[in-house]
Amino acid sequence: MKKKSGMNRQRRVEALTGYAFVTPQLIGFVLLVLIPLINVFIYSFHNKNMLYGTNIFTGWGNYEKLLNDKLFWKTLGNTFRFSILLVPLNLVLSFLLSLYLGEQLFGSRYIRTVIFLPVVTSGVAWAIVWKYLLQSGTAGPINYCLSKIGITGPNWLTDKNWAMISVVINRVLKNLGTNVLIFLGAVMNMPRDVIEAARLDGASEWQVIKRVKLPLLMPTVLMVTIVTLIGSMRVFDTIRLMTDGGPEGSTMVLVYYIYHQAFKMFNTGYASAIAVILFLIVLILTIIQWTLRKKVSHYED
Amino acid sequence: MKIKVTGRLFLRFLLILIVTAFFVYPFWWMIVNSLNTSAQVFGKPTFLPVSWRWENYKEIFQIQPFGRHLFNSILVALVGTFGNILVSAFSGYAFARLRFPGRQVLFILLLTALMMPIEVIIIPLFFQMRDWGFNDSLKPLMLIPIFGAQGAFSAFMFRQFFITIPKELEEAARLDGLGSFGIFWRIMLPIAGPVISATAILAFLAAWNTYLEPLVFTSSLNNFTLPLSLNNFNDVYGQPQWNLQMAATTVSILPIMLVYLFFQEKVTDAMVNSGLKG
Repeated sequence: MKKKSGMNRQRRVEALTGYAFVTPQLIGFVLLVLIPLINVFIYSFHNKNMLYGTNIFTGWGNYEKLLNDKLFWKTLGNTFRFSILLVPLNLVLSFLLSLYLGEQLFGSRYIRTVIFLPVVTSGVAWAIVWKYLLQSGTAGPINYCLSKIGITGPNWLTDKNWAMISVVINRVLKNLGTNVLIFLGAVMNMPRDVIEAARLDGASEWQVIKRVKLPLLMPTVLMVTIVTLIGSMRVFDTIRLMTDGGPEGSTMVLVYYIYHQAFKMFNTGYASAIAVILFLIVLILTIIQWTLRKKVSHYED
Repeated sequence: MKIKVTGRLFLRFLLILIVTAFFVYPFWWMIVNSLNTSAQVFGKPTFLPVSWRWENYKEIFQIQPFGRHLFNSILVALVGTFGNILVSAFSGYAFARLRFPGRQVLFILLLTALMMPIEVIIIPLFFQMRDWGFNDSLKPLMLIPIFGAQGAFSAFMFRQFFITIPKELEEAARLDGLGSFGIFWRIMLPIAGPVISATAILAFLAAWNTYLEPLVFTSSLNNFTLPLSLNNFNDVYGQPQWNLQMAATTVSILPIMLVYLFFQEKVTDAMVNSGLKG
């Protein structure tokens, strides 16, 4: 009997210690994540202006305004265009590169090292350097080199047909290293005997990749696709520094528009409605990601 | 056969050349032009600096308070990283090893912070920081890495690690008379070295490189951090002074790059892990 109450006491002490240990993080979480998240929904139903200090409940007003805001639809379209260009390019390049690096040939270590350099570099620094590399005319080194082989390089950042492509290339190069190494981890874990068997059966290298390696790596491919997609929805620093949303708004994306509406036009209520849209997009993608992960780990078990 | 081998060798060298052009040359170009005059930056690229103008590295500290910006960045990244590790090591351990009612629910709630893009909550955060009197200061830049998505990620990493530690270790320590805090502080934290370094690398990089937060939360020049500072090297006509910008960018990248080259495996492992989970 005495022993049992001793056990109870120990239990209670353990629980109290547990609460004490998690409290700092949970307070911070509530103040810096949870309350702001609730507030962004509340703001989105208000006509809130930072400059005039107005804060009037308007119900669905901001969302109705969004429906008719041509610029909003343009930024949404630009964001998807950015993702649709970026995700496949990133995936194909990192997939092929990881297969090559998996063979551990001459130069693999060097490639592994240097493709990660932009990953640790700030997006700002990477964007500033590329802004110069891509200068128009023959001022930038890229167009200078192109002119030496008789090609007139485009105005990468000021031509509205090229600006988006330039930003996408910058972003792909910036983050390629992470995906290459994630794929490489999966490549190294592939069962060697299956691949050897396929080769012995006379399959060509391309068939081995398509019929054996790709299916084996499919769970990883799906995961990386979603993670890269979510990341692409959040692009901001690169755009702000390389094109500042231009030319003619052709690179204006969701986060840029949120920043513009909230901190340049001071329409914080309206900007919050756009932030809610971004939240919903990311939420849906995250739910897909978590369902996939469950399936993937199930498959791995 | 010989042609085939030579062809393959050629392709391998071509790949190395392309990779070098895209991933190394931009940095080389940056360093070369950080030692040029503004007029020498554009036009025919050179392999080495033309004028070796070392004064650029002095001038970046004179034209704006770049030294202050460097200090701000270091301060924010160090405080943010240290706070992040401390807070999340405690909670990660509790979520892994201490039994208390509501543990699962609270942990899942915390994990929602993992997926929360800062861009979504930046507007309410701005008002909140203003109400606390924290706007135009470095405090938001220190608090967000500790408690935001990066903090939740660290807690997740710590929990995953502590869950794998055998129970016998704690029981032995308890028999030796250590309390819960002592067990955590003297036994568990020291063996968590690899997790501490991995999460610290990620937290430091995130705090060092972040752009939107200083853009929103700081307004006076003295409170800028490096990412804001880099884009601020303009002459009196508002034209960027390219050579100085390159010198400043070099200063901002070089420390990170050296750390990366020295601890490459650790850094890449940490980043790959976060890429899979984050």
